[in-house]
Amino acid sequence: MSDQVAQAAQSAGSDPIVRVTGISKRYEGGVQALEGVDLDFPEGRLTSLLGPSGCGKTTLLKIIAGLLEPNAGEVQVAGRRVTGPGPERAFVFQDFALLPWATVTRNVAFGLELQGISKAERREKARHYIREVGLTGFEDRYPHELSGGMRQRVGLARAMAVDADVLLMDEPFSAVDEQTRRKFQEDLLHLLSVEKKTVIFVTHSIEEAVYLSSQVVLLSRRPGRVSKIIPTDLGGLESPDAIRRSKRYLDTVEDIWGMLKQYLLEDEIK
Amino acid sequence: MSIALVCGAWEIAGRVPISLAFPSFFDTAAAFWRMTLDGSLPIAFLITLHPLVIGIGISIVFGVGLGVTMGLSRGFEWLAAPVFIVMQAAPMAALIPLITFVYGIGLTAKVLAVCLLAVPVVVLNSYAAVRNANPSLVQMCRSFQGTRLQQIMKVIIPDASPVIFAGLRLGVAAGFIGIVLAELLITPTGIGDLITYHRAVANYAEMYASIVSIVVFSAVIVSLLEKVEVVLLRPEKRIKGTPE
Repeated sequence: MSDQVAQAAQSAGSDPIVRVTGISKRYEGGVQALEGVDLDFPEGRLTSLLGPSGCGKTTLLKIIAGLLEPNAGEVQVAGRRVTGPGPERAFVFQDFALLPWATVTRNVAFGLELQGISKAERREKARHYIREVGLTGFEDRYPHELSGGMRQRVGLARAMAVDADVLLMDEPFSAVDEQTRRKFQEDLLHLLSVEKKTVIFVTHSIEEAVYLSSQVVLLSRRPGRVSKIIPTDLGGLESPDAIRRSKRYLDTVEDIWGMLKQYLLEDEIK
Repeated sequence: MSIALVCGAWEIAGRVPISLAFPSFFDTAAAFWRMTLDGSLPIAFLITLHPLVIGIGISIVFGVGLGVTMGLSRGFEWLAAPVFIVMQAAPMAALIPLITFVYGIGLTAKVLAVCLLAVPVVVLNSYAAVRNANPSLVQMCRSFQGTRLQQIMKVIIPDASPVIFAGLRLGVAAGFIGIVLAELLITPTGIGDLITYHRAVANYAEMYASIVSIVVFSAVIVSLLEKVEVVLLRPEKRIKGTPE
Protein backbone atom coordinates (compact mmCIF):
# COMPACT_ATOMS: atom_id res chain seq x y z
CA MET A 1 0.00 0.00 0.00
CA SER A 2 2.46 2.61 1.15
CA ASP A 3 5.15 1.51 -1.28
CA GLN A 4 2.70 2.46 -3.99
CA VAL A 5 2.55 5.90 -2.45
CA ALA A 6 6.31 6.14 -2.43
CA GLN A 7 6.56 5.03 -6.05
CA ALA A 8 3.87 7.42 -7.09
CA ALA A 9 5.72 10.18 -5.32
CA GLN A 10 8.97 9.33 -7.09
CA SER A 11 7.43 9.03 -10.52
CA ALA A 12 5.66 12.34 -10.00
CA GLY A 13 9.09 13.88 -9.61
CA SER A 14 9.80 16.56 -7.08
CA ASP A 15 8.53 19.64 -8.88
CA PRO A 16 6.92 21.83 -6.28
CA ILE A 17 3.22 22.28 -6.95
CA VAL A 18 2.82 24.58 -3.98
CA ARG A 19 5.53 27.17 -3.36
CA VAL A 20 5.50 29.40 -0.31
CA THR A 21 7.85 32.38 -0.33
CA GLY A 22 8.54 34.81 2.48
CA ILE A 23 5.19 34.39 4.19
CA SER A 24 4.70 36.47 7.34
CA LYS A 25 1.49 36.79 9.25
CA ARG A 26 0.73 39.14 12.10
CA TYR A 27 -2.71 38.94 13.68
CA GLU A 28 -4.60 42.01 14.79
CA GLY A 29 -3.49 42.54 18.34
CA GLY A 30 0.16 42.07 17.44
CA VAL A 31 0.68 38.32 17.63
CA GLN A 32 3.32 37.40 15.06
CA ALA A 33 2.22 33.94 13.95
CA LEU A 34 4.61 33.37 11.04
CA GLU A 35 7.82 35.06 9.94
CA GLY A 36 9.55 34.61 6.61
CA VAL A 37 8.42 31.10 5.81
CA ASP A 38 9.83 29.62 2.57
CA LEU A 39 8.66 26.15 1.65
CA ASP A 40 8.24 23.94 -1.39
CA PHE A 41 5.69 21.16 -1.47
CA PRO A 42 6.56 18.50 -4.04
CA GLU A 43 3.78 17.25 -6.27
CA GLY A 44 2.11 13.96 -5.46
CA ARG A 45 3.47 13.75 -1.94
CA LEU A 46 2.17 14.14 1.54
CA THR A 47 3.98 16.78 3.55
CA SER A 48 3.27 17.20 7.25
CA LEU A 49 3.55 20.48 9.09
CA LEU A 50 4.59 19.77 12.65
CA GLY A 51 5.57 22.03 15.47
CA PRO A 52 4.95 23.11 19.04
CA SER A 53 1.42 24.27 19.73
CA GLY A 54 0.73 27.81 18.63
CA CYS A 55 3.53 27.81 16.07
CA GLY A 56 1.24 28.86 13.24
CA LYS A 57 0.85 25.52 11.44
CA THR A 58 -2.86 26.01 10.90
CA THR A 59 -2.32 29.68 10.01
CA LEU A 60 0.12 28.65 7.28
CA LEU A 61 -2.34 26.06 5.97
CA LYS A 62 -5.15 28.61 5.85
CA ILE A 63 -2.92 31.07 4.03
CA ILE A 64 -2.15 28.37 1.44
CA ALA A 65 -5.90 27.72 1.21
CA GLY A 66 -6.52 31.42 0.56
CA LEU A 67 -8.70 31.70 3.64
CA LEU A 68 -6.28 34.09 5.36
CA GLU A 69 -4.25 36.94 3.86
CA PRO A 70 -0.54 36.99 4.68
CA ASN A 71 1.04 40.33 5.63
CA ALA A 72 4.03 39.61 3.43
CA GLY A 73 5.12 37.00 0.93
CA GLU A 74 3.14 34.94 -1.51
CA VAL A 75 1.87 31.47 -2.21
CA GLN A 76 1.98 29.97 -5.67
CA VAL A 77 0.02 26.90 -6.67
CA ALA A 78 1.04 25.35 -9.98
CA GLY A 79 2.78 28.59 -10.86
CA ARG A 80 -0.18 30.86 -10.15
CA ARG A 81 -0.32 33.27 -7.28
CA VAL A 82 -2.97 32.57 -4.65
CA THR A 83 -5.39 35.41 -3.99
CA GLY A 84 -8.22 33.39 -2.46
CA PRO A 85 -9.67 29.91 -2.35
CA GLY A 86 -9.41 28.09 -5.66
CA PRO A 87 -10.69 24.94 -7.35
CA GLU A 88 -7.25 23.29 -7.33
CA ARG A 89 -7.20 23.23 -3.53
CA ALA A 90 -9.65 21.53 -1.15
CA PHE A 91 -9.70 21.82 2.61
CA VAL A 92 -10.43 19.20 5.26
CA PHE A 93 -11.42 20.84 8.52
CA GLN A 94 -10.42 19.93 12.04
CA ASP A 95 -14.01 20.27 13.26
CA PHE A 96 -15.38 18.58 10.08
CA ALA A 97 -17.55 21.64 9.18
CA LEU A 98 -20.44 19.52 7.93
CA LEU A 99 -23.87 21.01 7.36
CA PRO A 100 -25.97 19.50 10.16
CA TRP A 101 -29.19 19.84 8.14
CA ALA A 102 -27.84 18.02 5.09
CA THR A 103 -27.49 14.30 4.47
CA VAL A 104 -24.14 12.63 3.92
CA THR A 105 -24.78 12.72 0.17
CA ARG A 106 -25.52 16.43 0.11
CA ASN A 107 -22.56 17.20 2.36
CA VAL A 108 -20.18 15.21 0.16
CA ALA A 109 -21.56 16.95 -2.92
CA PHE A 110 -21.64 20.43 -1.35
CA GLY A 111 -18.51 21.63 -3.16
CA LEU A 112 -20.07 20.50 -6.45
CA GLU A 113 -23.39 22.09 -5.53
CA LEU A 114 -21.60 25.43 -5.07
CA GLN A 115 -20.05 25.03 -8.52
CA GLY A 116 -23.52 24.66 -10.00
CA ILE A 117 -23.11 21.08 -11.19
CA SER A 118 -26.33 19.23 -12.02
CA LYS A 119 -28.04 17.18 -9.39
CA ALA A 120 -27.67 13.88 -11.20
CA GLU A 121 -23.94 14.36 -11.67
CA ARG A 122 -23.54 15.43 -8.07
CA ARG A 123 -25.33 12.33 -6.85
CA GLU A 124 -23.17 10.14 -9.04
CA LYS A 125 -19.90 11.64 -7.84
CA ALA A 126 -21.01 11.69 -4.21
CA ARG A 127 -21.86 8.00 -4.38
CA HIS A 128 -18.43 7.23 -5.79
CA TYR A 129 -16.55 9.09 -3.05
CA ILE A 130 -18.82 7.84 -0.29
CA ARG A 131 -17.80 4.36 -1.37
CA GLU A 132 -14.13 5.36 -1.53
CA VAL A 133 -14.13 6.50 2.09
CA GLY A 134 -16.11 3.45 3.18
CA LEU A 135 -19.44 5.04 4.07
CA THR A 136 -21.69 3.09 1.70
CA GLY A 137 -25.06 2.58 3.36
CA PHE A 138 -24.92 5.94 5.15
CA GLU A 139 -25.83 8.14 2.17
CA ASP A 140 -29.07 9.39 3.69
CA ARG A 141 -27.90 9.79 7.26
CA TYR A 142 -27.36 13.13 8.94
CA PRO A 143 -24.05 14.12 10.55
CA HIS A 144 -25.38 13.84 14.12
CA GLU A 145 -26.11 10.18 13.45
CA LEU A 146 -22.45 9.48 12.67
CA SER A 147 -19.41 9.00 14.89
CA GLY A 148 -16.51 11.48 14.79
CA GLY A 149 -14.44 9.26 12.53
CA MET A 150 -17.30 8.83 10.10
CA ARG A 151 -17.97 12.56 10.03
CA GLN A 152 -14.37 13.19 9.06
CA ARG A 153 -14.70 10.59 6.32
CA VAL A 154 -17.55 12.73 5.00
CA GLY A 155 -15.25 15.77 5.19
CA LEU A 156 -12.58 13.89 3.28
CA ALA A 157 -15.03 12.68 0.64
CA ARG A 158 -16.28 16.25 0.17
CA ALA A 159 -12.72 17.46 -0.43
CA MET A 160 -12.03 14.56 -2.84
CA ALA A 161 -15.26 15.13 -4.76
CA VAL A 162 -14.25 18.54 -6.11
CA ASP A 163 -11.24 16.83 -7.70
CA ALA A 164 -8.65 19.32 -6.48
CA ASP A 165 -4.96 18.52 -6.97
CA VAL A 166 -4.00 19.69 -3.52
CA LEU A 167 -5.65 18.51 -0.32
CA LEU A 168 -5.13 20.71 2.72
CA MET A 169 -5.83 18.82 5.92
CA ASP A 170 -5.99 20.70 9.22
CA GLU A 171 -5.47 18.23 12.08
CA PRO A 172 -8.13 16.03 10.52
CA PHE A 173 -7.83 13.25 13.07
CA SER A 174 -7.46 15.26 16.26
CA ALA A 175 -11.15 14.94 17.13
CA VAL A 176 -11.21 11.22 16.34
CA ASP A 177 -10.45 8.53 18.91
CA GLU A 178 -7.16 6.62 18.75
CA GLN A 179 -8.30 3.30 17.29
CA THR A 180 -10.47 4.95 14.66
CA ARG A 181 -7.57 7.23 13.83
CA ARG A 182 -5.19 4.35 13.05
CA LYS A 183 -7.69 2.74 10.73
CA PHE A 184 -8.40 6.08 9.13
CA GLN A 185 -4.68 6.77 8.58
CA GLU A 186 -4.27 3.44 6.80
CA ASP A 187 -7.34 4.11 4.68
CA LEU A 188 -6.04 7.58 3.84
CA LEU A 189 -2.72 6.18 2.59
CA HIS A 190 -4.56 3.66 0.50
CA LEU A 191 -6.88 6.30 -0.90
CA LEU A 192 -3.96 8.58 -1.78
CA SER A 193 -2.21 5.75 -3.61
CA VAL A 194 -5.28 5.59 -5.85
CA GLU A 195 -6.07 9.27 -6.15
CA LYS A 196 -2.55 10.75 -6.52
CA LYS A 197 -3.03 13.99 -4.66
CA THR A 198 -0.58 16.39 -3.14
CA VAL A 199 -1.41 16.64 0.53
CA ILE A 200 -0.39 19.23 3.09
CA PHE A 201 -1.19 17.84 6.48
CA VAL A 202 -1.13 19.73 9.76
CA THR A 203 -0.78 17.60 12.85
CA HIS A 204 0.56 17.74 16.37
CA SER A 205 1.25 14.01 16.45
CA ILE A 206 4.84 13.06 15.60
CA GLU A 207 3.90 9.43 14.96
CA GLU A 208 1.13 10.46 12.62
CA ALA A 209 3.41 12.83 10.72
CA VAL A 210 6.18 10.26 10.28
CA TYR A 211 3.80 7.44 9.45
CA LEU A 212 1.84 9.31 6.80
CA SER A 213 4.20 11.66 5.07
CA SER A 214 7.10 11.68 2.65
CA GLN A 215 8.52 14.73 4.41
CA VAL A 216 7.93 16.43 7.72
CA VAL A 217 8.36 20.18 8.03
CA LEU A 218 9.22 21.15 11.56
CA LEU A 219 8.21 24.68 12.48
CA SER A 220 9.78 26.63 15.32
CA ARG A 221 7.93 28.26 18.17
CA ARG A 222 6.06 31.50 17.56
CA PRO A 223 6.80 33.35 15.41
CA GLY A 224 6.76 30.23 13.23
CA ARG A 225 9.74 29.67 10.96
CA VAL A 226 10.87 26.58 9.13
CA SER A 227 13.20 24.90 11.55
CA LYS A 228 13.97 21.67 9.71
CA ILE A 229 12.72 19.56 6.81
CA ILE A 230 12.99 15.85 7.49
CA PRO A 231 12.55 13.36 4.66
CA THR A 232 10.63 10.39 6.02
CA ASP A 233 10.02 8.15 3.04
CA LEU A 234 9.38 4.73 4.50
CA GLY A 235 8.78 3.18 1.10
CA GLY A 236 9.39 -0.50 0.52
CA LEU A 237 7.67 -1.70 3.64
CA GLU A 238 4.77 -4.01 3.15
CA SER A 239 2.23 -3.46 5.87
CA PRO A 240 1.30 -0.62 8.16
CA ASP A 241 2.41 -2.73 11.10
CA ALA A 242 5.81 -3.23 9.51
CA ILE A 243 6.19 0.51 9.17
CA ARG A 244 5.28 1.12 12.77
CA ARG A 245 7.85 -1.45 13.90
CA SER A 246 10.65 -0.49 11.49
CA LYS A 247 13.84 1.00 12.90
CA ARG A 248 13.72 3.94 10.52
CA TYR A 249 10.23 4.89 11.64
CA LEU A 250 11.12 4.66 15.31
CA ASP A 251 14.40 6.55 14.86
CA THR A 252 12.73 9.34 12.94
CA VAL A 253 10.02 9.71 15.58
CA GLU A 254 12.72 9.83 18.24
CA ASP A 255 14.78 12.44 16.35
CA ILE A 256 11.80 14.72 15.88
CA TRP A 257 10.79 14.34 19.49
CA GLY A 258 14.36 15.30 20.45
CA MET A 259 14.04 18.53 18.45
CA LEU A 260 10.58 19.38 19.74
CA LYS A 261 11.71 18.72 23.30
CA GLN A 262 14.20 21.56 22.93
CA TYR A 263 11.32 23.97 22.41
CA LEU A 264 9.43 22.64 25.38
CA LEU A 265 12.51 22.93 27.61
CA GLU A 266 13.13 26.49 26.42
CA ASP A 267 9.51 27.26 27.24
CA GLU A 268 9.90 25.98 30.76
CA ILE A 269 13.08 27.95 31.38
CA LYS A 270 11.36 31.17 30.31
CA MET B 1 -49.93 16.25 32.10
CA SER B 2 -48.93 19.70 33.31
CA ILE B 3 -52.08 21.00 31.62
CA ALA B 4 -54.19 18.48 33.58
CA LEU B 5 -52.52 19.56 36.82
CA VAL B 6 -53.22 23.23 36.18
CA CYS B 7 -56.87 22.48 35.28
CA GLY B 8 -57.26 20.34 38.41
CA ALA B 9 -55.79 22.99 40.66
CA TRP B 10 -58.02 25.56 38.97
CA GLU B 11 -61.13 23.43 39.57
CA ILE B 12 -60.28 23.03 43.26
CA ALA B 13 -59.48 26.73 43.63
CA GLY B 14 -62.74 27.61 41.89
CA ARG B 15 -64.76 25.44 44.29
CA VAL B 16 -63.12 26.76 47.46
CA PRO B 17 -63.92 29.59 46.29
CA ILE B 18 -61.07 32.08 46.33
CA SER B 19 -63.26 34.90 45.13
CA LEU B 20 -66.72 35.32 43.70
CA ALA B 21 -65.08 36.54 40.53
CA PHE B 22 -63.12 33.28 40.13
CA PRO B 23 -65.19 30.59 38.39
CA SER B 24 -64.24 26.91 38.49
CA PHE B 25 -62.69 25.15 35.51
CA PHE B 26 -65.90 23.32 34.56
CA ASP B 27 -67.98 26.50 34.75
CA THR B 28 -65.48 28.13 32.42
CA ALA B 29 -65.53 25.18 30.04
CA ALA B 30 -69.33 25.27 29.98
CA ALA B 31 -69.25 29.00 29.25
CA PHE B 32 -66.79 28.31 26.46
CA TRP B 33 -69.24 25.86 24.83
CA ARG B 34 -72.16 28.26 25.21
CA MET B 35 -70.19 31.06 23.59
CA THR B 36 -68.95 28.82 20.80
CA LEU B 37 -72.45 27.62 20.03
CA ASP B 38 -74.10 31.04 20.08
CA GLY B 39 -71.37 32.29 17.74
CA SER B 40 -70.12 35.15 19.87
CA LEU B 41 -66.68 33.60 20.44
CA PRO B 42 -65.94 32.59 16.82
CA ILE B 43 -67.02 36.03 15.58
CA ALA B 44 -64.88 37.75 18.19
CA PHE B 45 -61.91 35.62 17.11
CA LEU B 46 -62.37 36.58 13.48
CA ILE B 47 -62.46 40.25 14.37
CA THR B 48 -59.35 39.94 16.53
CA LEU B 49 -57.48 37.86 13.97
CA HIS B 50 -57.85 40.41 11.17
CA PRO B 51 -55.37 43.01 12.48
CA LEU B 52 -53.33 40.29 14.16
CA VAL B 53 -52.65 38.36 10.96
CA ILE B 54 -51.78 41.53 9.04
CA GLY B 55 -49.55 42.76 11.86
CA ILE B 56 -47.74 39.47 12.30
CA GLY B 57 -47.32 39.09 8.55
CA ILE B 58 -45.70 42.51 8.33
CA SER B 59 -43.57 41.82 11.40
CA ILE B 60 -42.24 38.54 10.05
CA VAL B 61 -41.35 39.82 6.59
CA PHE B 62 -39.99 43.14 7.75
CA GLY B 63 -38.45 41.84 10.97
CA VAL B 64 -36.60 38.88 9.48
CA GLY B 65 -35.48 40.92 6.47
CA LEU B 66 -34.14 43.73 8.60
CA GLY B 67 -32.60 41.42 11.19
CA VAL B 68 -30.79 39.33 8.58
CA THR B 69 -29.49 42.46 6.84
CA MET B 70 -28.23 43.81 10.16
CA GLY B 71 -26.50 40.50 10.86
CA LEU B 72 -24.77 40.55 7.47
CA SER B 73 -23.71 44.19 7.32
CA ARG B 74 -21.74 45.97 10.03
CA GLY B 75 -22.81 49.35 8.71
CA PHE B 76 -26.49 48.49 8.87
CA GLU B 77 -26.01 47.02 12.31
CA TRP B 78 -24.48 50.29 13.52
CA LEU B 79 -27.40 52.20 12.02
CA ALA B 80 -30.34 50.12 13.19
CA ALA B 81 -29.44 47.89 16.12
CA PRO B 82 -29.66 50.54 18.90
CA VAL B 83 -33.21 51.47 17.87
CA PHE B 84 -34.47 47.93 18.29
CA ILE B 85 -32.55 47.32 21.49
CA VAL B 86 -34.27 50.37 23.00
CA MET B 87 -37.63 49.27 21.56
CA GLN B 88 -37.30 45.84 23.10
CA ALA B 89 -36.38 47.23 26.50
CA ALA B 90 -39.13 49.86 26.50
CA PRO B 91 -42.59 49.05 27.89
CA MET B 92 -44.29 49.30 24.52
CA ALA B 93 -47.77 49.14 26.01
CA ALA B 94 -47.19 52.72 27.12
CA LEU B 95 -47.04 53.74 23.46
CA ILE B 96 -50.46 52.38 22.62
CA PRO B 97 -52.38 55.49 23.74
CA LEU B 98 -49.94 57.46 21.56
CA ILE B 99 -50.84 55.28 18.56
CA THR B 100 -54.52 56.00 19.17
CA PHE B 101 -53.70 59.68 19.26
CA VAL B 102 -51.98 59.55 15.87
CA TYR B 103 -53.83 56.80 14.00
CA GLY B 104 -57.23 56.83 15.64
CA ILE B 105 -59.09 53.69 16.59
CA GLY B 106 -59.21 51.86 13.28
CA LEU B 107 -57.43 48.86 11.82
CA THR B 108 -54.15 50.77 11.27
CA ALA B 109 -53.76 51.51 14.96
CA LYS B 110 -54.27 47.86 15.90
CA VAL B 111 -51.93 46.54 13.23
CA LEU B 112 -49.36 49.03 14.42
CA ALA B 113 -49.79 47.89 18.01
CA VAL B 114 -49.08 44.31 16.94
CA CYS B 115 -46.04 45.35 14.92
CA LEU B 116 -44.60 47.52 17.67
CA LEU B 117 -44.56 44.57 20.04
CA ALA B 118 -43.59 41.87 17.59
CA VAL B 119 -40.97 43.53 15.38
CA PRO B 120 -38.18 44.22 17.91
CA VAL B 121 -37.96 40.66 19.16
CA VAL B 122 -38.07 39.24 15.61
CA VAL B 123 -35.41 41.69 14.40
CA LEU B 124 -33.06 41.13 17.32
CA ASN B 125 -33.30 37.35 17.16
CA SER B 126 -32.75 37.22 13.40
CA TYR B 127 -29.83 39.60 13.75
CA ALA B 128 -28.21 37.62 16.57
CA ALA B 129 -28.84 34.35 14.72
CA VAL B 130 -27.10 35.55 11.57
CA ARG B 131 -24.27 37.24 13.42
CA ASN B 132 -23.57 34.03 15.34
CA ALA B 133 -23.81 31.67 12.37
CA ASN B 134 -21.13 29.00 12.68
CA PRO B 135 -17.93 30.66 11.35
CA SER B 136 -16.43 27.28 10.58
CA LEU B 137 -19.28 26.50 8.14
CA VAL B 138 -18.91 29.94 6.56
CA GLN B 139 -15.20 29.31 6.10
CA MET B 140 -15.95 25.90 4.64
CA CYS B 141 -18.28 27.50 2.11
CA ARG B 142 -15.59 30.03 1.22
CA SER B 143 -12.94 27.34 0.82
CA PHE B 144 -15.15 25.62 -1.77
CA GLN B 145 -15.48 28.95 -3.65
CA GLY B 146 -19.06 29.61 -2.65
CA THR B 147 -20.23 33.07 -3.67
CA ARG B 148 -21.47 35.49 -1.02
CA LEU B 149 -25.05 34.79 -2.08
CA GLN B 150 -24.54 31.02 -1.81
CA GLN B 151 -22.90 31.57 1.55
CA ILE B 152 -25.96 33.43 2.78
CA MET B 153 -28.62 31.19 1.23
CA LYS B 154 -27.04 27.78 1.69
CA VAL B 155 -25.12 28.19 4.94
CA ILE B 156 -25.87 31.27 7.02
CA ILE B 157 -29.67 31.31 6.85
CA PRO B 158 -30.22 27.57 7.39
CA ASP B 159 -27.71 27.66 10.22
CA ALA B 160 -29.47 30.67 11.75
CA SER B 161 -32.97 29.31 11.25
CA PRO B 162 -33.47 27.75 14.72
CA VAL B 163 -32.79 31.09 16.41
CA ILE B 164 -34.74 33.03 13.76
CA PHE B 165 -37.71 30.75 14.39
CA ALA B 166 -37.33 31.11 18.15
CA GLY B 167 -37.60 34.85 17.51
CA LEU B 168 -40.70 34.31 15.36
CA ARG B 169 -42.36 32.33 18.13
CA LEU B 170 -41.61 35.10 20.61
CA GLY B 171 -42.75 37.63 18.02
CA VAL B 172 -46.08 35.89 17.48
CA ALA B 173 -46.58 35.68 21.24
CA ALA B 174 -45.76 39.39 21.51
CA GLY B 175 -48.19 40.08 18.66
CA PHE B 176 -50.97 38.43 20.68
CA ILE B 177 -50.09 40.66 23.62
CA GLY B 178 -50.20 43.63 21.27
CA ILE B 179 -53.61 42.85 19.83
CA VAL B 180 -55.22 42.15 23.21
CA LEU B 181 -53.75 45.34 24.65
CA ALA B 182 -54.99 47.27 21.65
CA GLU B 183 -58.47 45.80 22.00
CA LEU B 184 -58.57 46.56 25.68
CA LEU B 185 -57.00 50.01 25.50
CA ILE B 186 -58.04 51.46 22.14
CA THR B 187 -61.57 50.29 21.44
CA PRO B 188 -63.15 47.09 22.67
CA THR B 189 -63.52 44.82 19.65
CA GLY B 190 -63.21 41.07 19.20
CA ILE B 191 -61.83 39.18 22.17
CA GLY B 192 -61.04 42.43 23.99
CA ASP B 193 -64.71 43.37 23.67
CA LEU B 194 -65.85 39.99 25.02
CA ILE B 195 -63.52 40.29 28.00
CA THR B 196 -64.58 43.86 28.75
CA TYR B 197 -68.27 43.14 28.28
CA HIS B 198 -68.45 40.02 30.42
CA ARG B 199 -66.43 41.69 33.13
CA ALA B 200 -68.83 44.62 33.09
CA VAL B 201 -71.91 42.40 33.49
CA ALA B 202 -70.17 40.07 35.96
CA ASN B 203 -70.33 36.97 33.72
CA TYR B 204 -67.05 35.78 35.15
CA ALA B 205 -67.17 32.32 33.60
CA GLU B 206 -67.62 33.88 30.15
CA MET B 207 -64.84 36.36 30.79
CA TYR B 208 -62.46 33.57 31.80
CA ALA B 209 -63.50 31.49 28.80
CA SER B 210 -62.57 34.38 26.50
CA ILE B 211 -59.22 34.91 28.21
CA VAL B 212 -58.30 31.23 28.29
CA SER B 213 -59.33 30.67 24.69
CA ILE B 214 -57.04 33.41 23.41
CA VAL B 215 -54.18 32.09 25.57
CA VAL B 216 -54.66 28.54 24.27
CA PHE B 217 -55.03 29.77 20.72
CA SER B 218 -51.79 31.70 20.95
CA ALA B 219 -49.98 28.68 22.39
CA VAL B 220 -51.28 26.44 19.59
CA ILE B 221 -50.16 28.88 16.88
CA VAL B 222 -46.72 29.20 18.43
CA SER B 223 -46.21 25.44 18.58
CA LEU B 224 -47.47 25.05 15.01
CA LEU B 225 -44.75 27.44 13.95
CA GLU B 226 -42.17 25.12 15.45
CA LYS B 227 -43.50 22.25 13.32
CA VAL B 228 -43.31 24.40 10.19
CA GLU B 229 -39.67 25.15 10.91
CA VAL B 230 -38.69 21.49 11.30
CA VAL B 231 -40.50 20.51 8.11
CA LEU B 232 -39.11 23.36 6.04
CA LEU B 233 -35.56 23.82 7.19
CA ARG B 234 -34.28 21.24 9.60
CA PRO B 235 -34.99 17.76 8.19
CA GLU B 236 -32.41 16.19 10.51
CA LYS B 237 -34.59 16.93 13.53
CA ARG B 238 -37.34 14.68 12.23
CA ILE B 239 -35.15 11.66 12.79
CA LYS B 240 -34.22 10.44 16.21
CA GLY B 241 -31.19 8.44 15.16
CA THR B 242 -28.43 6.92 17.23
CA PRO B 243 -24.77 6.90 16.15
CA GLU B 244 -23.45 3.54 15.10
